Amino acid sequence: MPTSPLATDLSSTTHGRRLSGGVARAGLLLLATGALALTALLSLRVGSVAVSSRDVLGALFAYAPESYEQTVVRALRLPRTIVGAGVGAALALAGAGMQAATRNPLAEPALLGVNSGAAFAIVTAVYLGHLAHPLQHIWFGFLGGLGSAALVYAIGSAGPGGATPVKLALAGMVVSALLGSWTTALLLLDQQALEVVRFWLVGSLAGRDLGVFRAVSPFLLAGIGGMLLLGRHLTVLSLGEEAARSLGMHTGRVRALVVGLVALMTGAAVAAAGPIGFVGLAVPHMVRGLVGPDYRWVLPLCLVTGPLVLLGADILGRVLARPGELPVGIVTALLGAPFLIALARRRRGVEP
Amino acid sequence: MRPGRGRRLVRVGPVSAQVDLRAAACTALALGALLVLAGWGLTLGRFPIPAGDLVRALVGRGDRETAFILLELRLPRILTAAMVGAMLAMSGTIFQGLLRNPLVSPDIVGVNAGATLAAVFWIVHRLPAAGLPAAAFLGALAAAGTIYVLTWRGRIDPMRLILVGIGVGALLNAGTGWLLVRYSIYQVSEAVLWMSGSVYASDWQDVGVLAAGLAVLAPAGAALMGPLRVLQLGELSARGLGMPVERTWLALTAVGCALSGLAVSVAGPVGFVAFAVPHFARMLVGALPSPEFYLFSGALGALLVLAADLFAQHALPVSLPVGVVTAALGGPYFLFLLYRTSVRR
Repeated sequence: MPTSPLATDLSSTTHGRRLSGGVARAGLLLLATGALALTALLSLRVGSVAVSSRDVLGALFAYAPESYEQTVVRALRLPRTIVGAGVGAALALAGAGMQAATRNPLAEPALLGVNSGAAFAIVTAVYLGHLAHPLQHIWFGFLGGLGSAALVYAIGSAGPGGATPVKLALAGMVVSALLGSWTTALLLLDQQALEVVRFWLVGSLAGRDLGVFRAVSPFLLAGIGGMLLLGRHLTVLSLGEEAARSLGMHTGRVRALVVGLVALMTGAAVAAAGPIGFVGLAVPHMVRGLVGPDYRWVLPLCLVTGPLVLLGADILGRVLARPGELPVGIVTALLGAPFLIALARRRRGVEP
Repeated sequence: MRPGRGRRLVRVGPVSAQVDLRAAACTALALGALLVLAGWGLTLGRFPIPAGDLVRALVGRGDRETAFILLELRLPRILTAAMVGAMLAMSGTIFQGLLRNPLVSPDIVGVNAGATLAAVFWIVHRLPAAGLPAAAFLGALAAAGTIYVLTWRGRIDPMRLILVGIGVGALLNAGTGWLLVRYSIYQVSEAVLWMSGSVYASDWQDVGVLAAGLAVLAPAGAALMGPLRVLQLGELSARGLGMPVERTWLALTAVGCALSGLAVSVAGPVGFVAFAVPHFARMLVGALPSPEFYLFSGALGALLVLAADLFAQHALPVSLPVGVVTAALGGPYFLFLLYRTSVRR
């Protein structure tokens, strides 16, 4: 089987504009953190109910339950913002981990079949049990995502070569297609399930409360923390199989660990917000373009930039379609696609 | 010139050609199986028709009721399923060869996403059903054209095409997703039915469109396999051999898009076939792109989709769209082949 040209490096276009040196990178990290704080505040302010900055601060630090505006902030927008931040961070870090572990700049967490596994589990649960409470969806989604990721990894790593990127991608595509076809069959048989699931399937933060965050946060935090510790390993792994081995790394074990963390984080993120595309693909790209391929810097920046992008998209969705809102999964596609196209067009063609 | 490995020089009078015997034999085998399966499929259904009546009706001597069921209901559906499968598989063979990437399918040039957005728009707005295939076909062409134009910078770079394809595809899918959450559940479930890909209620008009397309595009694609093989040597080598690279690219893309666009416009996006059948074909005959390989993969696609449709109609307690079953049927086999080839290495 020919090696995949997907594995050519895309970030080569941004040579010469990369920041080098610890001070510049730390400055960038600080800048992004500031921007994230502002975006989070904006996410508390913007929406169909107009809320002043004073009410936002009041709701955060001196909550007065009798104020309608403060209640909106506290009960609706704060949980939504927290869930969005957690999901954004998880998706961006999971994307960075996947791209390094598979040496495929187009890898994204969905490659492991997590999305289709979660969708299949949720639809099956709705079909069989007519679940009422959204928190139940979360557990089915989470377990379904983990299950399909495990299946993809087991199939993709069978045989002497281990989990090569192409085998992993093929297994992921086939398992996704398989689960997707079962999901479609159930949706065709059960209109009720379609009604419940179609809003989940576009990926949205609307109506996510703190119960949702509490349910997924242990997995999100464990995944995020674990991935942040692996910066050095990811840098070595992204040098390629042979280089990493000759540096003394047990690549199979590290790759399995990375994939496990990715499945954990993505499963939790998908369960909480539905399948949201492009954050896991575009954010690591953007970050690598800025600070270069050293994952000790890429990962912390992803941790900050992921939530920044996801919350920004969510705010935009609320502004663009007032008084309703565009689901954040649609906004990330609307924003991410032109970005990807521009990136692709800037790339100089490489003679094969 | 000496024939390559596994190939024989075949002479018929003044004409001679190199033929990959293994692929040719497998093609004949697959076509034979297709014929048997189609014949068997004609006898199946709520109104079982014994083989004797089947033959009588096909030569025009059966009673009118049997003839109607066979010729107006079952035969068009079987022909549609087989041709849709063949066209998707051929299209997949072209794109996987052209982009030299085993992971792509015609979806990458936006054919499915464009057709789906147009068709879903058509369905949720309750526009006349007769125009649906044309709308889907135009959507597919518009998407593919957009992607081609956005990728073009003096030449087509395969990696850039993949990236632009993913981007445009995501935009179109976001549009479809938006339509699916905005409209009432009744229209949306109709749209989901189309999106799952089915050959239900195919008529002779569908068969005519597909047959005309196949009659032009199958030979055109087969003739382009030689240039494709040269192209796979690398662009520099192809230019060095005097090949007009841009024109060859355009011709291959156009044939590939037309094949899958026609199939999708009639049957909806039947998943998995275009992506997986070229793999099946490669794992079975292990060939470089050649006319024989291309036709073999077409025959295999026809076989898979026809088998899936018969299974979806008759083997399950509820009849399902064929697109739901292709992956369910082909997926496990694909994983088995993947496992076996990787273990053998």
